[in-house]
Amino acid sequence: MTTRLARTVPWMTVAFVAALLIPVVGTRFYTSVATDVLILGLFATSLNLLLGTTGLVSFGHAAYFAIGAYVCAIAMKTYDVPFALAFPLAGVASGVAALVFGFFCVRLTKIYFAMLTLAFAQIVWAICFKWNDVTGGEQGFNNVPYPDLGWMEALPGLASMRTGELYFYLTLVLVSLCLYILRRITNSPFGRILTTIRENPERAEFVGIDVRRFELAAFVIAGLFAGLAGALFGIFNRGVFPDFGYWAKSAEVLIMVILGGMGQFFGPLVGAFTLVALNQQITSYTEYWPLVLGLLLIILLYAFPAGILGTAADLVKALRGRRNA
Amino acid sequence: MLEVSGLRKSFGGFVATSDVSLSVARGEIAAVIGPNGAGKSTLFNLITGHIRPDAGRVHLEGRDITGAPPHYICRIGMGRSFQRANIFPKLTVFENVQAALIAHHGAATNLWSTARDFYREEADRLLASLGLQAQADVTSGTLSYGNQKQLELGIALAASPKILLLDEPTAGMSSIETTEAIRLLQRIAMERELTLLFTEHDMDVVFAIAHKIAVLHQGRIIAVGQPDEVRGDPEVRRVYLGEQHA
Repeated sequence: MTTRLARTVPWMTVAFVAALLIPVVGTRFYTSVATDVLILGLFATSLNLLLGTTGLVSFGHAAYFAIGAYVCAIAMKTYDVPFALAFPLAGVASGVAALVFGFFCVRLTKIYFAMLTLAFAQIVWAICFKWNDVTGGEQGFNNVPYPDLGWMEALPGLASMRTGELYFYLTLVLVSLCLYILRRITNSPFGRILTTIRENPERAEFVGIDVRRFELAAFVIAGLFAGLAGALFGIFNRGVFPDFGYWAKSAEVLIMVILGGMGQFFGPLVGAFTLVALNQQITSYTEYWPLVLGLLLIILLYAFPAGILGTAADLVKALRGRRNA
Repeated sequence: MLEVSGLRKSFGGFVATSDVSLSVARGEIAAVIGPNGAGKSTLFNLITGHIRPDAGRVHLEGRDITGAPPHYICRIGMGRSFQRANIFPKLTVFENVQAALIAHHGAATNLWSTARDFYREEADRLLASLGLQAQADVTSGTLSYGNQKQLELGIALAASPKILLLDEPTAGMSSIETTEAIRLLQRIAMERELTLLFTEHDMDVVFAIAHKIAVLHQGRIIAVGQPDEVRGDPEVRRVYLGEQHA
């Protein structure tokens, strides 16, 4: 999973420090985009535990994003639950939902698995769409409050920051923490077993692995972190809408993963960045963003199937090989 | 060690195995032979839990494992190799064996440690005993077919099985690879005091190493015994051996 490059340079530290500077040197607009990228990056990375590591194609990952978003927003606004509690609660709720839906999904394989994940996601979407009293229905769940960030102003350098900027720092820390945990899991013995399931489930079963149970565990972990991303996004977006769980959202996150490269741990994050940045740039020139996205995907799938980061890693490896030769 | 009694399986109207009984004693090297379509692979899949029999029982060391899932059967001491090399093609040779060791030692539920150095010595030792140590860091899917079969054997051995089921261990190999593979098998079976049950097309291989041979024909066992007995059996000569050893 890790390239040799990632081991020689402390890329993660460099990226973290650079991210810390965004609100200082950038405009509010850039801070907002960066928050968006971080949250969607976490969402995409959670999906990649299924797609890239375990080899499971989920068409319904947005369901867990939406559940997390609604649970956190409703807990905070309707029940006055502090963020410190509502945030983990969102993860637990999504994890439990993933456990229930996943129990049925892992009994199927390949396209049937994918279709069932989609079916469950559509159910979640329909509930969010119709349950007016709790979710706000079609109109969405609006005016989600920001968590109390007053304590952050006591931290050095943050005294004069606006709420949006403080929320960026909170997001940065929480997303980094989640990514760290996901990376540990990916590189753990458990993660290695998931890769054997991706490579050859029949053989995995016959080295003594209960394949379904491991697939379910991966499904729950992926759902949990998608829920955490959703919780962050609902607050960032100041509102939660049924569309968060719609199949188009599931497709979008799938595109991010493939765009960035599912063979690399940070591929989905790069994919999220690329998609958000392109969307911003291209929609300012043309209204045909979906057309441009479609063309981009065609080029990518034919010319660079390993995704942006995967292709870059291959390139670095090739250059090194030449230098050593 | 392994006790198969009255196994029957039919697919639709086709009877793949009917009333197959077979026992393999500890330390024995037993072979199941028979023409294509005789039901050898079905028999293996029945024993290893991939398909459930319509009737009959399978016992491993006195334990009833009929219809148990493969991961359970593997954990209580049965190893298996498949007819086509069945490995984890995008992982390195080392990672293939290491993953099997992780599963065997129960470390698969560890979500926090770094997998890279788990069971390194044990994996290296196993690769060395298979003669694959030089290829440890090679992506396993790029190995020669013979080496892939060797690696598959290594994956099976990582679980420290008591009995090993090998479905045509030399299928698709050149004659040099076959000789080497058989020598390796014999050595490992001896070192680890393994019980072996295998199917094979190559009669020279079968008669060279098997202590006991069962002949399967149209889903039934028509003869079972020591190699000499089986070779002399008129029924066997008629349906099978006659074609090659006439």
